[in-house]
Amino acid sequence: MTVIYALLGAGLFGCGVFMLLSRNMVRMLLGLSLLTTSVNVMIFQTGRFRSQLPPIIPEGSEQLVNSADPVPQALILTAIVIGFALTVILMALALRVHGSHESVVTSEVRSAESLGDPILPEKTT
Amino acid sequence: MITVPAGILAVAPVLIPLGGAALTVLARRRQPLQRGIMEVAVVAQLVASVLLLVTVASGGVAVVTLGGWGSPFGISFVADRLGALLCVTASVIAVAVALFARADIRRRRRKAGFDALFLAMLAAVNGAFLTGDIFNLYVWFELMLVCAVGLITLDRRRAQLDGAFRYTSMSMMGATFMLIGIGLLYGEAGTLDMAHLSQVMSGRPPSIALSASAFLLLSGFVLKAGLFPLFFWLPASYHTAPISVAAALAGLLTKVAFYACLRVFVLVFGVAGTMSPVNGMAPALAILAAGTMVVAVFAAIAQTDVRRLLAFHVMCQVAYLVLALALLSMLGIAAAVFYMVHTMLVQAGLFLGAGAIARANRGYDMRRAGGLMSDRPLFAGVFALLAFSISGIPPLSGFWSKFLVIDAAFRHGSTTGAVLAVIAIVVSFLTLYSMSKLWTQAFWKTPVRKGHAAKPIPATMVWSVAILAVSSLAIGLVPDALLSYSREAAVQLVPAAVAESLP
Repeated sequence: MTVIYALLGAGLFGCGVFMLLSRNMVRMLLGLSLLTTSVNVMIFQTGRFRSQLPPIIPEGSEQLVNSADPVPQALILTAIVIGFALTVILMALALRVHGSHESVVTSEVRSAESLGDPILPEKTT
Repeated sequence: MITVPAGILAVAPVLIPLGGAALTVLARRRQPLQRGIMEVAVVAQLVASVLLLVTVASGGVAVVTLGGWGSPFGISFVADRLGALLCVTASVIAVAVALFARADIRRRRRKAGFDALFLAMLAAVNGAFLTGDIFNLYVWFELMLVCAVGLITLDRRRAQLDGAFRYTSMSMMGATFMLIGIGLLYGEAGTLDMAHLSQVMSGRPPSIALSASAFLLLSGFVLKAGLFPLFFWLPASYHTAPISVAAALAGLLTKVAFYACLRVFVLVFGVAGTMSPVNGMAPALAILAAGTMVVAVFAAIAQTDVRRLLAFHVMCQVAYLVLALALLSMLGIAAAVFYMVHTMLVQAGLFLGAGAIARANRGYDMRRAGGLMSDRPLFAGVFALLAFSISGIPPLSGFWSKFLVIDAAFRHGSTTGAVLAVIAIVVSFLTLYSMSKLWTQAFWKTPVRKGHAAKPIPATMVWSVAILAVSSLAIGLVPDALLSYSREAAVQLVPAAVAESLP
């Protein structure tokens, strides 16, 4: 089980990095969201696959015994929310870049680098 | 005097700006009110941080565990000497930026949400300084990123959108590294509370998982701090932001990433000691520091745009901090704390000064600037203080900071230490060269275009730069107070078991 999950995480991470190496902003964006997903798979494993009992302390006792680890799941929940929010923001930025530059290919979108560059000519904004 | 419980003070620097941000959103249709709320929140935050500093300096660490859970289980806020000091520094910068924004951030930018985003970013910065939970640290980093992206694209210019995309995508990559590191750390140690992690970690045998976790966290922090191999986003985005925003980013964000390095590697992994489960951190940090310094300072010399020049100096100054940490000695850590206060104030001040130069000369290009020395002598004097300070001229704070770092490097007694010290000295001369180039171009040279006398600089701009310049001068004239405080902060930061084995 652990090995399958590890391979799944590694596979997703590899795909994410491959997409991220593209010059197309939309592919980069999809790559980043794959990366965040692969991290979630990895965090899920850190709780180990030992037990499927819910983490509820039975009445009369003080300690949690033999339950699943709830912390990684809470972490993943937070990471999903943050990852989603950032992906949406990045998507909005890509959309605005497309609107203003009429391109989403990073080699053609160079207005930040040419602004105030000592060598490149400055384009009008 | 009314006494405030230490627990409330420990969360106040986060709650005040966060509440202020919510209120400014409610008041978005009434701009004077919106600006008023922002300014009140910034000042209140400064007062709360100073009270926190006084409490922590006299009474030890202030801890709040949210929800009343016991320490390793709940999420805690821990205000120690280091955290409280950095909160005060961040608040001083916030006051200066808010003052500068009166002249720089006009109607459209306020309508685009400057006040709310700025306050939320301050809350995130203070949260990162005060949190005691490593996952919480990651969450504050992400909140900082979201606010920074909003602030960079305030005008929605082409260059800003482009710069913000580069910044966001690289930062998300860094956050991914951090998150994997935190996940591995939890899987190995079973806790996320940094004080508890430090106990669990000491004396643990080296393992692949822990080393992988430490170096993944390092690469995440390196990316966010703009260090040598992963810095490309910084000079591609900082200069596109409105100048008040650029000043806040330069003063705060990269330093938060270095603070995270300090907290995680010194406290959690205890890398300064011989018992640490992670090996090879010191040479990695030394290479990062030396590489960043050399690349950044030469890149800065080549620039003609004031903002780009200063963006490279941001990187160069963070490298000095990393150099001090790479020594892994008590002296080095204390020097890093001292240097951090100095560089936050001075970087923000220089960027604000660049904004004032641009206002007087109608642009950021140094080649077209000139004549400010005779036209605006008061501002010239204030800016000179900051330029001298970053180059390390006595009696300013920059001199003592550089002196402490180089002294610690020589006292390290190793060849690496000596080589790093020599690089640091050479780079500070090159910094002086770069700053004198800026000075001669913008202040001494006669204006290039005839009949274009320098435009007046609003008084709020000069005052805001003056606040930061005078605090640098004050630290430089009375370095003892901050020096002994940073030494105590370093002692508090290093785990007791590690401290015994340190020189």
